[in-house]
Amino acid sequence: MPPVSQSFLFGKLTLDAVPYHEPIIMTAVAGMVLAAATVVGLITYFGRWKWLWEEWLTSVDHKRIGVMYIILAMVMLLRGFADALMMRTQQAMASDGGAGYLPPQHFDQIFTAHGVIMIFFMAMPLVVGLMNIVMPLQIGARDVAFPYLNSVSFWLTTAGAVLVNISLGVGEFAHTGWLAYPPLSEPTYSAGVGVDYYLWSLQIAGVGTLLSGVNLITTILTMRAPGMTMMRMPVFTWTTLCSNMLIVAAFPILTVTFAMLSLDRYLGMHFFTNAAGGNPMMYVNLIWAWGHPEVYILILPAFGIYSEVIATFSTKRLFGYTSMVYATICITVLSFVVWLHHFFTMGSGADVNAFFGITTMIISIPTGVKIFNWLFTMYRGRVRLEVPVLWTLGFIITFVIGGMTGVLMAVPPADFVLHNSLFLVAHFHNAIIGGVVFGCMAGINYWFPKAFGFKLDARLGRISFWFWLVGFYVAFMPLYVLGLMGMTRRLDYVDNPVWHVYLVIAMIGAVLILFGVVAQIAQIAVSFANREKLRDVTGDPWNGRTLEWAVASPPPFYNFARIPHVRGIDAFWEMKQAGEARALHAEYGRIHMPCNTGTGVFLGGLSVVLGFALVWHIWWLAGLGFVAMLAIAILHTFDEHRDYYVSSREVARIEAQYFQQLSPES
Amino acid sequence: MKAFFQAGILATAALSLSGCQMALMDPQGPIGAEEKSIILLATGLMLVVVLPVIAMTIAFAWRYRASNQAAVYAPEWHHSNLIEAVVWAVPCLIIVALGIVTWTSTHQLDPRAPLASDLKPVEVEVVSLDWKWLFIYPDYHVASVNQLALPVGRPVHFRLTSATVMDSFFIPQLGSQIYTMTGMETQLSLLADHPGVYDGISSNYSGKGFAAMNFKALALNGSGFDAWIARARAAKTKLDAASYKKLAAPGVGNGAVYYGAVAPTLYHDILNKCLGGATCTDDAVTLAMAKAMAPGKAICTHPEVQSSLPKHKS
Repeated sequence: MPPVSQSFLFGKLTLDAVPYHEPIIMTAVAGMVLAAATVVGLITYFGRWKWLWEEWLTSVDHKRIGVMYIILAMVMLLRGFADALMMRTQQAMASDGGAGYLPPQHFDQIFTAHGVIMIFFMAMPLVVGLMNIVMPLQIGARDVAFPYLNSVSFWLTTAGAVLVNISLGVGEFAHTGWLAYPPLSEPTYSAGVGVDYYLWSLQIAGVGTLLSGVNLITTILTMRAPGMTMMRMPVFTWTTLCSNMLIVAAFPILTVTFAMLSLDRYLGMHFFTNAAGGNPMMYVNLIWAWGHPEVYILILPAFGIYSEVIATFSTKRLFGYTSMVYATICITVLSFVVWLHHFFTMGSGADVNAFFGITTMIISIPTGVKIFNWLFTMYRGRVRLEVPVLWTLGFIITFVIGGMTGVLMAVPPADFVLHNSLFLVAHFHNAIIGGVVFGCMAGINYWFPKAFGFKLDARLGRISFWFWLVGFYVAFMPLYVLGLMGMTRRLDYVDNPVWHVYLVIAMIGAVLILFGVVAQIAQIAVSFANREKLRDVTGDPWNGRTLEWAVASPPPFYNFARIPHVRGIDAFWEMKQAGEARALHAEYGRIHMPCNTGTGVFLGGLSVVLGFALVWHIWWLAGLGFVAMLAIAILHTFDEHRDYYVSSREVARIEAQYFQQLSPES
Repeated sequence: MKAFFQAGILATAALSLSGCQMALMDPQGPIGAEEKSIILLATGLMLVVVLPVIAMTIAFAWRYRASNQAAVYAPEWHHSNLIEAVVWAVPCLIIVALGIVTWTSTHQLDPRAPLASDLKPVEVEVVSLDWKWLFIYPDYHVASVNQLALPVGRPVHFRLTSATVMDSFFIPQLGSQIYTMTGMETQLSLLADHPGVYDGISSNYSGKGFAAMNFKALALNGSGFDAWIARARAAKTKLDAASYKKLAAPGVGNGAVYYGAVAPTLYHDILNKCLGGATCTDDAVTLAMAKAMAPGKAICTHPEVQSSLPKHKS
């Protein structure tokens, strides 16, 4: 028993919390510390701290915040992917009579962390980042509705990610599976701090996501350029709107569910416990009432990206715009009435199961319509097979297979044998990799020149695509087969020698995807080195159709010197047809812009402290952290220096520079 | 596209390996057989759209590639009532067909529905423990751990609960799985058509011993089943509160264990959480309902007091 003063000062935290005796974990921690130290060292060496702080960390510019979201997503992709490789290696090694190299409690933390990181800290920041960069440009706005809130949202999301990574070196992460079903996540069965890290990191990041949702909805509803009616919005903006509506409707459910589980864990309440009238089934229902819409929060923006890419590179208007919009709205609404299909095997009656099975299938109708519309956009087009198009074609072929296996599992009797099997694991990776990740890769290759002013190297882009695509099939087709063979998920060892070969093939697939990831990193590095050759001087490298291509690449911080007037769908295309694109005006008005602020960074940092203190029961620090957050947020409201005007001369100077770049001889 | 062919080859190779390796494609009872045929039917129905979509993706991308100047180019063409009607109608029709299949098959294969048979089902009470399976045969007063015996051709009716976290009871070759949860009872009926030894698993992650939470389901013919019951009966250990407590301690099982006798209310007491002598949940519910029906009245009055109360006219 530690002395009282120690437990007051440090709560449950002792030096034993660091897993010194686990060489694998310590190596990973050392790697992370080394990587962080290298970054810090490089910034110091090049003397870029001031620049980093003033230009990036405190920025409220939606484009820079979007870029930071994507950097966060990429860093977390590496972490989540390392987890995936470890799992595949363990199952391949431990299906041949051996025990593998991971003890169960470590393996269990890895698959939990993999799921949590990939959904919350890879996929979410990736789509939110793309929405942030692109959507305001597409609607002809100068920033989002609440720029400071945008910064706060980003830093809260980052704080959640930091907390997850701290759990690797201090204490443990949850070993419950990524949704932490009770009673397993109750203190009786998970006494350690793992579930607490899980809860607080997701609560903090969840607040960030919710605020970002409010922000982006407000932006779309109130800040569209004159003439851009709802039915003239680019499809990506539409899907951003629907996705954020889902965020605003669904994330509070998650927050409340986690709050109830926290009350069980911290105050001994009995919402979901085995004893005293608790009901774990309630948790399972609530978590999926958030969880299923979450799938569509991720996939809808990806659908938007495909719509933009396919129209632009087919050099043709999107086929069936109205259908696309209504299909998106249908999916948004329906995504709230299908959650029970995640647990048909819980013993609901046949009427209930059949109802949710059929609602699930109905979602495939608007989704199918979207796919046909993309196909008919290519039809009679001039399809340029650039990297974003490859990702789109790879997506269509892969996603229809994932959709098919999904609808199959929506038939309750089929789910009775496929539920929780590797068939299910293959299915949702098929939908999330084939849908969301491919979409974001298409989006990154498509919009990178807009954000940075130079294109990404196409050759490495193609190499990366093929490794990802082939790797995906090699990694996940064996899992479909294993599911049909009766193998369930989350096994730290496998006692069926027949399955070994499939697990080895799946591991090879994961290694192929690793090559794809390496090729992407190389693609960015090589493109940066060759940036002068890949420079996009026009701002419109792909012969684009929507407003983001109407400005320079990268856009000036105020986006539009004059807010454009929109006269139809594909506003920029119409301007080009009418010969009105890129007009240099003689005069510009002054522009009202928000000031940068460090408040978001401080709030994010303090929320890490708050989360850490709550995880370890260091109550004084939790109280201090919370009060400090409140104080800083309130102090910020007294800051009078929040906005400024860019003088018309300054605007004219920046615009002249762009036009100089467009036609250097003039 | 290369990847797709590779995947196809892999999938074909894998399917050709079917037989006993593909548990779900080699069912040993009517439930599993029905579920297999639903999987094949639904997949077939969906392939009607999926295959053309894949073919069209490749064909359109190739035909209308930018370098093919011979192809028609219609940059402003973006709407066709006919195509729109078809692309909404085809998925709708398939979903209508699939919806009908779903509604009927879900009712037909409801885990709680009794199986049609002339024979009386064998009752088995299942308790999932950390990390092993307890099977109680109330009609035979025996129990076993990690080994389940089923008579071939006779339905088995399972009542299932959990003494710990949530698990899922699943014998892939016989069909449907069902969750086990503390304080709650789920039901499932299965039937084995052929003698054999089938793998049984928990298919819901339940903690560090989860991977070892396996059992063998022995489908035995009539005399074999009787012999199994006799063997279990011969076991010296009795399953009562004390031996159950030992069994329920967290840990993975170590081969099959038999109990020659079982305390008659054991399963009831596990389900209703009154093994330690607490009020059973079902009694508490009865009491609460009685209170709700007669608010303010004493529920349990002493018989002497009761006899002195005025009688209601009947």
